[in-house]
Amino acid sequence: MNNVNFLKPNRKNLNLYLVIGGLFFTLGIVDFCLNNFYEKNITGFLPGFISFFTPLIFGLIGLHLIRIEFSGIKILDELNKNINTNNFNAALSVSIIILIIFGVAPLLNWFILDANFIGDSKEACTGGGACWVYIKVWFNRFIYGMYPNTEQWRVNATFIIVLGFMGLGYFFPLKYKKYLTFYYVIFLPIISFLLIYYLISGGEFGLEWVETGAWGGLSLTFIVSFFSLIFCFPIGMMLALGRRSDLAVVKYSSLSFIEFWRGVPLITVLFMSAVMFPMFLPDGTYVDKLIRVIIAITLFEAAYTAEVIRGGLQALPRGQYDAAKSLGMGYWKLHLLVILPQALKLVIPGIANTFLALVKDTPLIFVVGLLELVGMLNLAKTNPKWLGFSMEGYVFAGIIFWIICYSMSKYSQKLELKFKTDR
Amino acid sequence: MKFKKILPQFLTLLFIVLIFGFFTMNAQDNMDTRGIEFGFGFLKQEASFDIQFSLIDYDGSRSYARAYLVGLLNTLLVSIIGIILSTMLGVVIGVARLSPNYLINKTASFYVEFFRNVPLLLQIFFWYFAALRALPMPEDAPLIFGSSYMTIKGLYTIAPVWNNFDIFFVALIIALVVIYFFNKFAKKKQEEEGKQYPKFLISLGIFIILPALTFIVGGVDLSWSFPELKQLAKTSFTYEGGLGIPPELIALTLALTLYTATFIAENVRAGIQGIGKGQKEAAASIGLTPSQVLKLVIMPQALRIIIPPTTNQYLNLTKNSSLAAAIAYPDLVLVFAGTAMMQTGRAIEIVGITMATYLTISLSISAFMNWYNKRIAIQEK
Repeated sequence: MNNVNFLKPNRKNLNLYLVIGGLFFTLGIVDFCLNNFYEKNITGFLPGFISFFTPLIFGLIGLHLIRIEFSGIKILDELNKNINTNNFNAALSVSIIILIIFGVAPLLNWFILDANFIGDSKEACTGGGACWVYIKVWFNRFIYGMYPNTEQWRVNATFIIVLGFMGLGYFFPLKYKKYLTFYYVIFLPIISFLLIYYLISGGEFGLEWVETGAWGGLSLTFIVSFFSLIFCFPIGMMLALGRRSDLAVVKYSSLSFIEFWRGVPLITVLFMSAVMFPMFLPDGTYVDKLIRVIIAITLFEAAYTAEVIRGGLQALPRGQYDAAKSLGMGYWKLHLLVILPQALKLVIPGIANTFLALVKDTPLIFVVGLLELVGMLNLAKTNPKWLGFSMEGYVFAGIIFWIICYSMSKYSQKLELKFKTDR
Repeated sequence: MKFKKILPQFLTLLFIVLIFGFFTMNAQDNMDTRGIEFGFGFLKQEASFDIQFSLIDYDGSRSYARAYLVGLLNTLLVSIIGIILSTMLGVVIGVARLSPNYLINKTASFYVEFFRNVPLLLQIFFWYFAALRALPMPEDAPLIFGSSYMTIKGLYTIAPVWNNFDIFFVALIIALVVIYFFNKFAKKKQEEEGKQYPKFLISLGIFIILPALTFIVGGVDLSWSFPELKQLAKTSFTYEGGLGIPPELIALTLALTLYTATFIAENVRAGIQGIGKGQKEAAASIGLTPSQVLKLVIMPQALRIIIPPTTNQYLNLTKNSSLAAAIAYPDLVLVFAGTAMMQTGRAIEIVGITMATYLTISLSISAFMNWYNKRIAIQEK
């Protein structure tokens, strides 16, 4: 039992240090929990300032005591290496642990333990936590907007069919792979447009007509981002080629187009599509709000896509151009057969990021009065029967958007890694 | 061969001219039928609407041009605050993501992954309509740090009251000029004679001492005005005196900062990771101290990677601040493209001016960036 040096713990009295250190650490956490959740201050006899920091001090002492090099215990060594290399690091670790407890416990209460799940009216929400009943009741509105309840199968059917067509490209036999671009860039947009026109909008084949003003919710988010993506891609490609062209007029008109759209906020572009665009058309022509919005977002995103594609074009070595030219290829042949296939492969992650930004930008269409998910939340929030549940709504929308965007960004990172090793 | 070059250019030009011609003609027609005349004369008319938050003197009797200025200043205010805060947060988070400490590393990446993947508008709504609405009413608000009140109507805090502020301000500018020339001088000395001055300490000294002197000799005086609770009606309270920051500004700044900081953090991380280990080792092997290694070798190279994308984020932040319109913070878009346009009905002029303003900000910053990039680019032989 001799040689116990608390300033410099060592292997000799390993278990003693571990027990005392563990006790101190637990004491710190318990002190913190008691302070915050039970309003009991076990260190109240100390002056206020010190008593406030006791959890940190106890935790720090605890971590200091278990910082034993080459202890021979695998878990302990890993722990020390990762969160406990020196006193400063230990202090940070303890602070983070305390912060996590401080944040997670009330959140858990709000989300699950005190929350209400059962019922179908505001009265069912009695606990102090979240009222998920609200989400349950409004779920259809959040997904389909004001689309009539009985007709919602049409939206579902359209999405399933379009997804099916999209997935079909994956199973193309190798022989027809060269038509894949054609399939995605021309065939798929036409099919989806026809589906949306006849199935979601309706008005023919005995289907009830539903005006675009009634579309909304998450499905509208998907429709807007899907079409904007499909259209902005070819436009962006042309702009990128234009910007790198030798022809002065083509170059500078592409350049100013790109710089113009990149220099203004999307919200003013949407304002423009709402109030300025009708002024630019012959009197009496009416273009549907949704189409105007899709045009606006398409042009806006096309400028960003163009810059991404230009990055890919620039990354190709000059030799590719020279080699293709020496084979006697003209401008279009050179670009379509040699440059673009390589450049586009390089920029797929960048395009994915642009698409991510596009999805995150769609809530802005509330400016012109179209209500996708976030817009529907704001509408539901003002319903007199359901006042006071804005928090639940925003959290719900946040989770949905987070899942969409996070999975997409992870996928794009995966693609990035995959293409990196190729070169 | 020549024909091949001219034809596409001619077609492009024709296309542009046709489109613009078509739009202009229609616009002319439409304005004629509605009896509107194109022009910017309306800017001088009386605006006759109030703006609830303004940095300069403004009331309904001022002109539309003045209202435009108020909106522009409010946009710049929220952008500048956002830029400063998000840079500080972004750098901390970016460095934290490189920390060997598992907990810190993971917490930082959780923060980044969470906030960058939720739409900014949703975040603004969350802070404004959900989080800040949960704050107490003015009469129930507790005192924070002996100076401020966080209430549902905004943050009320102390405001500085200056006497002879202009003298202090001039002293501040003189101090900056002196520091600039001192640094130039010190650099020259070092290059010529190899003599090193403690640049940072002396600069800091000048920066503190010179303005501080004005308190003694210049008659500058600083006191603080505290917010005080005042009853407006039986159940309606507010604070008087001090500095009142509206909840719209707080929500907007919070959301913009938390969102943009994630991108800046990623830039900082990429920048620091982009510097090879060899650089550090080489610098250490020629006898530089760790702080010199960081200051003279690592940071100049890392900044070269970090600054361009970060300026892009600053631009994005400025453009994103236009989302203010959604929560009624009186920025350029809300005041000018919103209220002023509703009143005058001059869609083309007003949307045009608004876009031109943002475009000017963006283009001037990117012009500066191009210049800067050229300046710091590695001169390869």
